[in-house]
Amino acid sequence: MSANQFKNPVVRWIDHRLPIFSFLNHEATEYPTPKNLNYFWNFGSLAGISLVIMIITGIVLSMNYTAHVDYAFDSVERIMRDVNHGWLLRYIHMNGASFFFIVVFIHIFRGLYYGSYKAPRELLWMLGVVILLLMMATAFMGYVLPWGQMSFWGATVITNLFSALPFVGEGIVTWLWGGFSVDNPTLNRFFSLHYLLPFVIVGVVILHLVALHRFGSNNPLGIDTRGPQDTIPFHPYYTIKDFFGLSVFLTFFAAAVFFFPNFMGHPDNYIPANALQTPAHIVPEWYFLPFYAILRAVPDKLGGVLAMFGAIAVLFILPWLDSSPVRSGRFRPIFKIFFWVFFADCLVLGYIGAMPAEGIYVVIGRVATVWYFLHFLLILPILSVAETPRPLPQSISTPIFGGAGAMAGAAAAPKRKVE
Amino acid sequence: MAALKTKKAAPAADQKSRRDFIVVATYSMGAVGAGAFAWPLIDQMNPAADTLALASIEVDVSKIAEGQSITLKWRGKPVFIRHRTKTEIDEALRDDALNMRDPQVDSDRVQKPEYLVVLGVCTHLGCVPLGQKVGEVRGEYDGWFCPCHGSHYDSSGRIRKGPAPTNLEIPPYAFLSDEVIKIG
Repeated sequence: MSANQFKNPVVRWIDHRLPIFSFLNHEATEYPTPKNLNYFWNFGSLAGISLVIMIITGIVLSMNYTAHVDYAFDSVERIMRDVNHGWLLRYIHMNGASFFFIVVFIHIFRGLYYGSYKAPRELLWMLGVVILLLMMATAFMGYVLPWGQMSFWGATVITNLFSALPFVGEGIVTWLWGGFSVDNPTLNRFFSLHYLLPFVIVGVVILHLVALHRFGSNNPLGIDTRGPQDTIPFHPYYTIKDFFGLSVFLTFFAAAVFFFPNFMGHPDNYIPANALQTPAHIVPEWYFLPFYAILRAVPDKLGGVLAMFGAIAVLFILPWLDSSPVRSGRFRPIFKIFFWVFFADCLVLGYIGAMPAEGIYVVIGRVATVWYFLHFLLILPILSVAETPRPLPQSISTPIFGGAGAMAGAAAAPKRKVE
Repeated sequence: MAALKTKKAAPAADQKSRRDFIVVATYSMGAVGAGAFAWPLIDQMNPAADTLALASIEVDVSKIAEGQSITLKWRGKPVFIRHRTKTEIDEALRDDALNMRDPQVDSDRVQKPEYLVVLGVCTHLGCVPLGQKVGEVRGEYDGWFCPCHGSHYDSSGRIRKGPAPTNLEIPPYAFLSDEVIKIG
């Protein structure tokens, strides 16, 4: 880690005074990473890249956007028709939001399955939940900006959630609106915050990374690394793996942008906002659907709102709800089953969120909502004590008892010499 | 690449150069991709299609009385059209032979001597010169006077005195008929 490891004298001079190169070398190049990470570990870097793509395209879009109720819709149409490459930038930004959520949801389920939230990574996990909340707020406010019908009524419905709070509710909603309905002041503040929050997310992402690098990545076996034989340097092994994953991700992303740009959107949002008429079938963007289903499942205004926010809040205390010492779902046969049931439950909630709130859908929605909370509040605590986990391997280098262990260790050693 | 190869001259030299090739090819493709992505980000700041569509205007000059000037907005900038009097035209022609900062004869600056069409933007630092309205200062040469830093233009829009480096610019225009000018 000494400064004289750099050949370039300018780099050495700077590094002696400002150890930025040593820092990068330590955290991005040498950074010892478990050697057994699978492709689910790509999604952290993919999320980071998605954030960067959103910020870059967002900054250039804002150069062409007008945050005023009389001009917003037309300015977006101008971006689509007249601004050079405007259609491309907007479709990247619009689909980028969906892809960002896809990546982050996979990242979260990865953490849930492999127990990445457990000690000593509780704060890392909680910072991740903060990022999710910020993302949801940012995405919601961004969706309001084109000022179409869905923008307007989405803003109306979501801000009205706060009116459920006793005593202060109405006051809060008026404060959020800056008037007596969603109108120009609302649009202006949403634009301001939509520009601000991504940079707040960047800040929390940095904290997320600091917390990650304190103990390093979890891994599919969920056991701690026990020394150099269990790790490989991040560069070039995981940079190249991340780049490969990125190219696959960008292939899907580009396919959506160029061939199905409006697949994940709503046609109603190409109708200018009309404060006097609500669209017949109003649903949020797909990434909010499970939470929307939970909101509607509770037949009480305040209860629904609390349940919806509770669905996120329960993630904050997850590290203490699941107290099993075994991290990875691989060695927890019963947990594994419940994990997949929970996964299916989330998909069902997403489906129900997209359906009208009537008939059988209401019943299914309620069952799925109850199961969502049961999983966290009852099943996980019980499994923590009741389940007998399968025996854990001694180390990452010896995943199978005896046998292949020595060979894996031998294979790892020369790899490090190459580096 | 060659340098790397000689430095690491070893039995594995052959393999090493292949890897170098892949590395260089990868970086090159990455650079091409980044450039392709960067271009839309940069190009979106150029004038959009609707801005370009507003880039020409038509004006009927028959309604401008002799000695009168009008100011139009073209591409966000003022365009001066002056229906020059006989005196003004004579002054401009008379001065053709003088030594000027930006020498140009009056006949090169007009399509019809009666109508002078110039951009009303001082070539010094972009202020709008005075002299369009009745009673405004027209400078010492019966043309325009820029109040910002004191540039005097003559009745042909040529710079005669003051800091401006060149004559008032002539926008591209054409007479569609005897009475209608298309600017841009």
